[in-house]
Amino acid sequence: MAGLLGLGTNGLLALLVVVLAAIGFYIARSRALNSVAGDARGLHSLPSYYGYTAIMLTAVPSLGVMMIWLLAQPLFTENQVFGLIPDQAIAEGSSRNLVMSDVRRVAEGLDIAVARGAMTEEEAGSIRTEFTDIRARLGEVGVALGSNVQAEVLNAAQRYRELTSAGRLWMIAFVGLLAVAGFAVSVFLAKGEFRARNTVERGILLLLQLAAMIAILTTVGIVLSMLFETRNFFSLHPWTDFFFGGSWAPNFRGNSDLSILPLLWGTLYISLIALTVAVPIGLFAAIYLSEYASAAVRSAAKPLIEILAGIPTIVYGLFALLTVGPFLVDVFGRSGLAGLGWMNGATAVITAGLVMGIMLIPFVSSLSDDIINAVPQAMRDGSLGLGATRSETIRQVVLPAALPGIVGAILLAASRAIGETMIVVLGAGAIAKFSLNPFEAMTTITTRIVSQLTGDTDFASPETLVAFALGLTLFVLTLGLNVLALYIVRRYREQYE
Amino acid sequence: MNDMRIVERDVDVKETKIVARKVQVYYGETHAIKDVDVDIDDKTVTAFIGPSGCGKSTFLRCLNRMNDTIDVCRVKGDIQIDGEDIYDNRVDPVQLRAKVGMVFQKPNPFPKSIYDNVAYGPRIHGLAKNKSELDEIVQKSLQRGAIWDEVKDRLNEPGTGLSGGQQQRLCIARAVATEPEVLLMDEPCSALDPIATAQVEELIDELRQNYSVVIVTHSMQQAARVSQKTAFFHLGNLVEYGETGQIFTNPTDPRTESYITGRIG
Amino acid sequence: MTDIPNSGASPIPVGSTGRSSILAVDDRTRRRNRAEARFKMYGVAAISLGILMLLILLTTIIGRGVGAYQQTFISLDVTLEEERLDKNGNRDLADIRKVSTFGYGPLLRDAFEQKVAELGLVTEVSAKDMADDLLSAGARAELRDFVISNPDQIGETESFEFLAASRVDGYLKGRVSRDTIANDKKINVAQLDLVDQLMEQNVIEKRFNMAFITGSDASDARPEAAGMGTSMLGSLFMMLVVLVLSLPIGVAASIYLEEFAPKNWLTDIIEVNISNLAAVPSIVFGILGLAVFINYMHLPNSAPLVGGLVLTLMTLPTIIISTRASLKAVPPSIRDAALGVGASKMQSVFHHVLPLAAPGILTGTIIGLAQALGETAPLLLIGMVGFIASNPPDSVASGLLDPNSAMPAQIYEWAKRADPAFYERAWGGIIILLVFLVTMNTIAVILRRRFERRW
Repeated sequence: MAGLLGLGTNGLLALLVVVLAAIGFYIARSRALNSVAGDARGLHSLPSYYGYTAIMLTAVPSLGVMMIWLLAQPLFTENQVFGLIPDQAIAEGSSRNLVMSDVRRVAEGLDIAVARGAMTEEEAGSIRTEFTDIRARLGEVGVALGSNVQAEVLNAAQRYRELTSAGRLWMIAFVGLLAVAGFAVSVFLAKGEFRARNTVERGILLLLQLAAMIAILTTVGIVLSMLFETRNFFSLHPWTDFFFGGSWAPNFRGNSDLSILPLLWGTLYISLIALTVAVPIGLFAAIYLSEYASAAVRSAAKPLIEILAGIPTIVYGLFALLTVGPFLVDVFGRSGLAGLGWMNGATAVITAGLVMGIMLIPFVSSLSDDIINAVPQAMRDGSLGLGATRSETIRQVVLPAALPGIVGAILLAASRAIGETMIVVLGAGAIAKFSLNPFEAMTTITTRIVSQLTGDTDFASPETLVAFALGLTLFVLTLGLNVLALYIVRRYREQYE
Repeated sequence: MNDMRIVERDVDVKETKIVARKVQVYYGETHAIKDVDVDIDDKTVTAFIGPSGCGKSTFLRCLNRMNDTIDVCRVKGDIQIDGEDIYDNRVDPVQLRAKVGMVFQKPNPFPKSIYDNVAYGPRIHGLAKNKSELDEIVQKSLQRGAIWDEVKDRLNEPGTGLSGGQQQRLCIARAVATEPEVLLMDEPCSALDPIATAQVEELIDELRQNYSVVIVTHSMQQAARVSQKTAFFHLGNLVEYGETGQIFTNPTDPRTESYITGRIG
Repeated sequence: MTDIPNSGASPIPVGSTGRSSILAVDDRTRRRNRAEARFKMYGVAAISLGILMLLILLTTIIGRGVGAYQQTFISLDVTLEEERLDKNGNRDLADIRKVSTFGYGPLLRDAFEQKVAELGLVTEVSAKDMADDLLSAGARAELRDFVISNPDQIGETESFEFLAASRVDGYLKGRVSRDTIANDKKINVAQLDLVDQLMEQNVIEKRFNMAFITGSDASDARPEAAGMGTSMLGSLFMMLVVLVLSLPIGVAASIYLEEFAPKNWLTDIIEVNISNLAAVPSIVFGILGLAVFINYMHLPNSAPLVGGLVLTLMTLPTIIISTRASLKAVPPSIRDAALGVGASKMQSVFHHVLPLAAPGILTGTIIGLAQALGETAPLLLIGMVGFIASNPPDSVASGLLDPNSAMPAQIYEWAKRADPAFYERAWGGIIILLVFLVTMNTIAVILRRRFERRW
């Protein structure tokens, strides 16, 4: 509710700025035209460029500042309030972060109470724990708190609200001022000799640059968000256990074993099976398509195989859980056709591995196809001219020449397999262990990220925060593989260009 | 014409190695080679000359069935080597190509060591019983390719690291290693500088002692320098074929004369 | 260096093995040809295996999913008794609303019993077991909704077609049989016998089920009523966000990198970054969304807006890569021509290059959107699963901000539920999802064919 209201204020502000910019467009344009007595030839730029200048100066800085403000405000507020919590308010076994989340909860509760009319604004700012049962009052408006509210927490929450609303007022004033100033400057400048086009183009170039920076921002965002929470995790849980412990046993009453090693094992094992399926099939398919198939076969078979790459992973997940898994149990299960009794449930390493392998076939085949096609025809001619058969040529000349590229392709496929989520969430199971038996259920890094971050999550407990450490490890792992693979592939391509 | 140095060579009558009669080649709808009849002698260098696109390379590639590797290419007519039809159903192109080796326009060493490049042919054809025999073949072939002295100390280095002329001689050594009877060369010097070209040309003359060499070349000087017999192709037809000296000094067909005097080409 | 062949080297005899005929294929060649045939066969096998997998996947999806488009209905004539529904007889809506869904149970029982008696069927099933177990749990609510919107029909007898319970539906579709229900508390053999009889009389029928395409998700107890409609809207709003954000940002970034960027370390970093971002696992984007959009910026959980933002970041690299390729395909002569008549660099790009690259950009965008549409993992982390998306949004703001699911998230949700009746719906949902993906990709292919230009 409070969030919606805030968005309402912000939305209104943005709308006002846009309207002002639109008005600026017409005023600046007509002013520019008037300055040369309506003869556009007397202007340095086309008349609409003067209008664009107005739009740019009015809207862009103000809206930009508004966005940055909205992003930075919470950080500033949190930092201010963070210092307000005295050490004695932090109970045994708790942490400052935990108390902080209580503060946020209470502040939000007060917002809701005010919005619903259950409390006046004044009351919300002045109530004291000594006189009011905050927990009960907030419970009435549907905000459930886990425990009674400490005085310090309430204090901090009230300060939090004050800072937030003060920040909002300052932002409105500042953004408004910027917009009006931009408006005034652009209208003032709109005269014949002003180089409006150059100004507009410089502005557009800046915007284009900003857009290009978003890619960097995303990466920075990914790394920072995960680093931040990972640091919190390591302040609650020993990093030695995470990297070198032997078991994964989250326990929401505390004292969990949270080691990545069993998860990493499951991830690598499943990826290995997937690659064992995908690499030979994908590679042979690529070899056949590029070296043997006629144009007609190629133009039919290649898109068909590539359809497999366009199918969403959720479909493969369902296929693993409901089709491949039960089928494998029918064969390898206790009363199965093979009568082996190896497999107890549909979810298993082999289930997820096989299906992931199918998913990766087109990935391996189209990458390898490109790479094999990059091997110069002269190389093949040289071998065929010596009387080698096609397969000898492929095995002894083409493949060795394409090897670096193919290794790159396989590394990319491995990175895909390691980061794949839906197939393992549905097909691999949830048991973290070190086992060599592919018919057992095992779990992976991505599966655990999903399970630790869905449902009720408490961002102050190591059991939730571990997901960020897992995510960061996954990111580093796949990034390393990608960088290496892209480097190898690029080097390979340069060799034949 | 005057600057063209025609070396008078003893042209004794030699055994005919390849006989081609009424050869037609089609690329899809295009009729690339029309009615070519030619007899190629053993222990002779035969040059195919003609303007680009005249079909000389295409015809050369018929002689070891390299055209089979191109989907749209069809060959008709009769080509015999030692009296055996190479387009006979019983012929395996793989075996044929061991007998009729080929060197290409651009040096194309495999991305392997120098040793492995030369050993490639003998290995796939199973010519060596053991390692020492293979070593011997490699050495002999490199000697024949006139490159042994340059590479004998670095046989394990990649063949792609050699200079262009060395690469081409390596490719010739590689072709020689399978003990072919005919060597086809498709503009072997067109990617080389003059010094490397001179070396390769010397080598070709040397090879004549043991093989029947067929060379396609763009350069008439080269044809005059290295070959005993010359065939002139034009627009898919074999216009004139005869002793090199005669073709260059006294062509019978006006088209040949126009070409060698530089009026067409 | 110049190593002219040393004439000292003694000539080596050729063909020491003697001349062999090429007409006779030797053993070794035969062996090598067999190896060749084997190798080629591996290739054929790999291709066939790939295509076979595709076929198995597609037949599984269609075979197991079409069931969801048919649903079993039971036709009953219900007498809307006044003394049960409106004791005061004044048709006052406030009074009518006081009758809860439980109050409608007896009406259904009577109607069912009467139907059985009318048709002269013999059964040991009690009226209560008929109405409660054979009809969907939603039947009473359906009846109540009808009465509240048509209070003047009270006292009349109306014909209704109620959804059958999922066990009955499963029986008609072959999922449930007399063997599988041994321990089933929700249905027994006698009830199935009755279902057989009712089927003969056409009281129970299987028909096309539009509600699956247009309807909302339903609770665990009513798989027969669950539909994809609401989650389709969720996906639609997400795709709107993705389109509105990623197209302009992606095109702007590509124009900068392709046309204006100087060659320096910053540009290099951006380029490497973009190609790496395209290969970052999608779940990592989900973590980013959770940490930044929900925890830090306090945007609402489960909202399509947040989903759209996350998918935008994920799609941007794809769009940038394909946009740059189409910009690169516009020949420099076009730029030179514009610059030559005195246009600024900016004008030459926006007036000439961009319009020529537009079809390619559009194709790339559609393919990027199709990828985003099928993405599931990041949506799990921002909370788009685990609840019942029961109310379709009624405005754009509600569509963007109210909790909703999305097509792939809805399919995942159904796959995780215990009742196998939901699996059929998950497969059925996949068919809808694939229809969207095929349509988008077809449009992309047609665009490419139509506007493809060779310079």
